[in-house]
Order: sequence, then C-alpha cells, then structure tokens
Amino acid sequence: MLRTLRRFTPQLALLPSLILVTVTVYGFIAFTVILSFTGSRMFPRFTQWVGFEQYGRVWANPRWEVAVENFLIFGTLYILLTLIIGVSLAIFLDQKIRAEGVLRTIYLYPMALSFIVTGVAWQWIMSPDLGLERAMHIWGWESFRFDWIKDSDMAIYCVVIAGVWQASGFVMALFLAALRGINQEILSAAKIDGAGPVQVYRHVVVPALRPAFLTAIVVQGHLAIKSYDLVIALTRGGPGFSTELPSTFMYAFTFTRNEMAMGAASAVMMLALITALIVPYLYSELRNER
Amino acid sequence: MKHLRVTSALVCASAMGLAAPVAADEVEVMHWWTSGGEGAAVAVLKEDLEGKGTTWRDMAIAGGGGEAAMTALRARVTAGDPPTAAQMLGMTVREWANEGFLGDLNEIAMAENWDEVVPPAVQAFGKHDGKWVAAPVNMHRPHWVWMNAEVFAANGLEPPTNWDEFFAAADVLQAAGIVPIAQGGQPWQEATVWEAVVLSLDPDLYRRAIIEADPEALGSAQITESFDIMRRIRGYVDDNFAGRDWNLATAMVINGEAGMQIMGDWAKGEVIAAGLTPGEDILCSVVPGTQGSFLFNTDFFAMFDVGDDQRNAQLNMASSAMSPTFQETFNLAKGSIPARTDVPGDNFDACAQQSMADLAEATAADQLYGSLAHGHGQPAASQRAYLDVVTQHFNSDMSSEEATELLVQSVAAAQ
Repeated sequence: MLRTLRRFTPQLALLPSLILVTVTVYGFIAFTVILSFTGSRMFPRFTQWVGFEQYGRVWANPRWEVAVENFLIFGTLYILLTLIIGVSLAIFLDQKIRAEGVLRTIYLYPMALSFIVTGVAWQWIMSPDLGLERAMHIWGWESFRFDWIKDSDMAIYCVVIAGVWQASGFVMALFLAALRGINQEILSAAKIDGAGPVQVYRHVVVPALRPAFLTAIVVQGHLAIKSYDLVIALTRGGPGFSTELPSTFMYAFTFTRNEMAMGAASAVMMLALITALIVPYLYSELRNER
Repeated sequence: MKHLRVTSALVCASAMGLAAPVAADEVEVMHWWTSGGEGAAVAVLKEDLEGKGTTWRDMAIAGGGGEAAMTALRARVTAGDPPTAAQMLGMTVREWANEGFLGDLNEIAMAENWDEVVPPAVQAFGKHDGKWVAAPVNMHRPHWVWMNAEVFAANGLEPPTNWDEFFAAADVLQAAGIVPIAQGGQPWQEATVWEAVVLSLDPDLYRRAIIEADPEALGSAQITESFDIMRRIRGYVDDNFAGRDWNLATAMVINGEAGMQIMGDWAKGEVIAAGLTPGEDILCSVVPGTQGSFLFNTDFFAMFDVGDDQRNAQLNMASSAMSPTFQETFNLAKGSIPARTDVPGDNFDACAQQSMADLAEATAADQLYGSLAHGHGQPAASQRAYLDVVTQHFNSDMSSEEATELLVQSVAAAQ
C-alpha cells in the first residue's frame, strides 16, 4: 500500500497543476474556438451557429488589416533588432573587459521595467512638444525633427524602438550565458589551426549558439504577439488606429464593441499566426539537434 | 438564458466568491463618477437615500469613460450577481434591456409622472417595451465651441455663426500666431467634431445617416462635404494633437495658447476649475449652423432585475435620482443640464441656461437627437465603425470620397 502510494507520489503531486493547466489553458482555448463559431455579441451565446462567418468579418475589417500589417512590421523588426543588438552586446561583453558586471546590469535593467513604464517614458521622449525634439530645439538645433509618434505612417516604428530598448538586454543575457558555455578547448583548437577572431566567431561560436537563437526567437516571438500594454501606454493605438495590433483589436472587439464572437475569432487567428511562425522553426531546430 | 448562466458560472466562479449579498435596505451602485465635483454630487444622492433609511454601497470604477466599469459589470452580471443599479449611457441601457437583465420602474415612474417631465428622445432610451428601466440624471450637449474671450477680443473676433465665419476667424488666429483650433486626438473627440459638422449641414441628414444608418444617406454628397469640412478643420489643428486628452486641449484655450475648441459642455468643469467663468472668460456658442437642433448624451442609472427584497430600496433610489433637487445639485457640479425639463435654471451659468432654452426649442421642433460619439446614436458595434472611418480620415490624407465609400461599407459590415 505504502509502496504503491510512494510510486505514484510524483504523479499525484503533478495532478493539481495538470488539471489547472488543462482547464485554464487548453479548456479556454477550446472555449474560445467554439465561441468564434457562434453569433455571440454582448455575452457568450451558444444558440446561434454561424460557421466561419466571424472569421470573414474579421478579415473584411480594415482595422484588422492594419493590425496584421503592423504585427508583421513590429514582429519582424522587434525579433531581428533585439537579436542583432543582443548578440553584438554579448560578444562585446565577452571580450573579458573591465567592469563587465556593471555594464551587464545596465543593459539588463530595462527588462525589469513593465511595458507600461517603458511605454509612458518613451511616449514622453518621442513626443515632439515634450521630449527629444523639444530638447534639441532648446539646445539650438532648430531644424531637428522627430515626430514619428504623431505620424500615422511612422508611429508603429516608435513601438518597435521602445520594444527593442526594453528587450535587447534580455537577449544579451541569453547569449552571454551561451557564449560562456562554449567549450574553451574548441576555441583554442580553432586558433591553433590559424583561424582569426572573425572566422572563429563565424564558423565556431555562432553555430554553437543555435540553441540560444531558438530560445530567443520563441520567447521574443510570443512577446511580440502578446504585446498589448506597450501600445496602449505608448500610443493608445493611435494616431487614428495606425498602431493597432491583433491584441488591441481582440480586446476592443470583445469588450468594448459587443462583438464577442468576432473577438474570439481574432484570438484564434492570433493563435494560428504564432503557431505558423514558431512551430516550423521549432520543428526544424529540434530535428537537427537529434 | 439558463445555458448562459451555466457556462458563465464556470468562467466567473471566482467573481461569485468575492461578492457579498446585498441587504434588503441597501443599494449597490456601480458608476465612474470619481472626479472631485462628480464625487461630491454622488454624495448628495447618498445622503438623501440614507435619510430614507437606505444605505449606499459604492462600486466606483474609475477610468476610460466607463470602459473599465462596463467590463467589470459584465463579469458581475454573467456570474448572476448584478448590482442594484449601474451608470450607463443610452445605447448601453438599450443593449442591456434587450438582453433582459433590467428591472421595471413603472411603479415609481407612473406615480412621479416621469413621462411628463422627461423629453421623449431621452425616454426612448430610458424605457423598454413601455417599461421604465433606467433613471436619466442629466443631459450633456456635445456640440459647443469654446473660445478664449481675451484672445477673441484682442483679434477683433466674434463667435462664428456659420462655417465661413468660423474659418475666417481661424485664419485671423493663425496669422496672430495662435493655434486656431485646440483638438484632442482620440477617435471619440474627432467624432464629436464630425457629428456636429453633419448636424450643421442638415439635421435631417443627421437623422438619416446616423440615427437610421441609411446607406443612401451615408453615401450622399453631403457626407462627402462633411469630410471636406473635417479636412479644413484639420488644417487649423497643431501637429501635436495625436493622442492628446480633451482636457489638455481645453487647457490650451484657457491659457490662450489656442483660440477655440469644439467639445461638449463637460469642458466647463475645466474652465471653472481654472477659476474662470464660462460665458464670460471662456465664451460658448453652439457649433456653427447647429442652432435650432440639439444633440444630447445622458447618464442613466440603469436598474437591474433584483429580487423582491431589494426592490423597495431600488425604487427609493430611482425616486431620489429623479428628484428635482438632486438633478439641480448634480448638474451644477457636472456641467450638464437636468434630464427633467421642470427644474428652474436660475442657479445655472449662461451656457447651461442657453442649453435649457435650446432644448425646449429643439424638443418642440422635433430636432432633438442622440449623440453618436457619446453612445446615443448607434449600438456599440456600429458606433465604432463610424468612429473608425472618421478617425482614419482625420489622421491620414484619405480623400473625402474615399472616406464616404469606406463609411458605407464599414457601417454595413457592423450591422
């Protein structure tokens, strides 16, 4: 009896969290998918079934078009720039420099802030009548212009700037850890074979960082699709709705426009979007590892 | 309904655990009147009720023009635990009534003759199927122009009465180095201007294109003209307007940085807080061309369908909210005018007195319409469809023809 109990202890210990995850994550994903096939407006209603009509309405909505376009711009630039900046910072910090600890903390610090704080601070910095542009004017550079945040075509790049500032340090930390994990003997062997520093990085170090790239892309990818607070604090989706993202679209339609089923359909689209981006990458990476 | 309760009970099980039951002689009221003046006005209601032996439990949820409050309310109601009453705008009252969640106030409404004292256009929102379901407490008028009297005098300007005079005044202000029009950059603020422009072109156009959402009226040349005027207005707005809050735009007029602002009468609150007198230091006149008609938005206390044990307290509250004394005190603090037409205007400022006179005139002429930007023109889904197009046009270089076409499509898609 006691022995049986002991044998199943790990399973028993895991059971509550398993149930919790099944219900709150997968259960609600299923709930949302079902909801998206109904005609629900103000409240969930499971009496009227409309098939894929809500998906059609989402895709016909000009706001969703803007949201998807913005997500592609934001997602691509955010992941790419945080990777480039993060890897570069990590490589520079890895040169056995003095005061590395201090520098590392400085770069990592933005990650400790919430996106709301980042959003508000950058909103002030980028606002022409308050931040950078005004400072430059006061210092005498009268022709200086930086008013992207007030410009419908450029405002999404302001979101990219704030997001990259926040997350680059985190990517740096990831890669720094990975760099420290590379076997020193391989590096020495490469040097003995006559490889210069650039060649060592290109052919030895960067390939060894593949798992770190995987982690960074998956983490940053899901942050990109989830980002909601950053946009709300920075631009509130404006000017007009030019910085709308799928997440702000989903919230607006579900909770303020009484289009609950349409909101659910857009949430399912977000899930599909992230799956389409991440799964192939995960698949190819994990297969290579075997 | 039952199905809904069961499913949502699962979703909102946590919310249920938190809410204590409301006692028989107690009302629980959800609202977002949290600013200084508004808070004081709500306290008047609370004291009045306590005098009748009804205690008041406050469920104040600040922020977002009630957006946060509406989300919270939905969770409460889905969990089967509605508050006694909730603050709502007209269309929201109608949507909740359609869902069958609101109670019946006819007992008190008939005894107190609400049908006689409330304008019919407001009744259309407060009543559902012939039953009163919500008590209206105020009437705001969103189509005002607020002007800095000193700036206007210094430049030899008079409050404009048509669009030609309006733009002529804007030219003079611009030449004097003053921002002609202080505009905030949020969809509802841009829509506040647009609906006034549509009304100024033709009140009948407002009725057909906005209240009735008639595709033919929406695609008409007059709507294209309204977008032309919006484009001209945009030319007199400074470049930093995007994202600006309405009260900051009002502050620009107050401190003379800007000449005019098109905004509802709640702007008076800012004027008074700055120690100035509305109608003297800050002039008010209706948006050019809208004299004779009246757009309104009203705050209601929507009454939920609660058990018989709470009904007495609920009716008490409805009666207090509709009493002329409360309506006077509350609206003096709020900047609006009473929803009852029998409250004397002696204690109100010049702008509010004009509102009251105009309201009587517009009611008699049947030119009283609900405001689109402020939840009295269309249900939420299609209202936002209008706002999307207006804000997109105002914030880009879209042509007026393109905007008109997009408006027809968007409104049709949201029906």
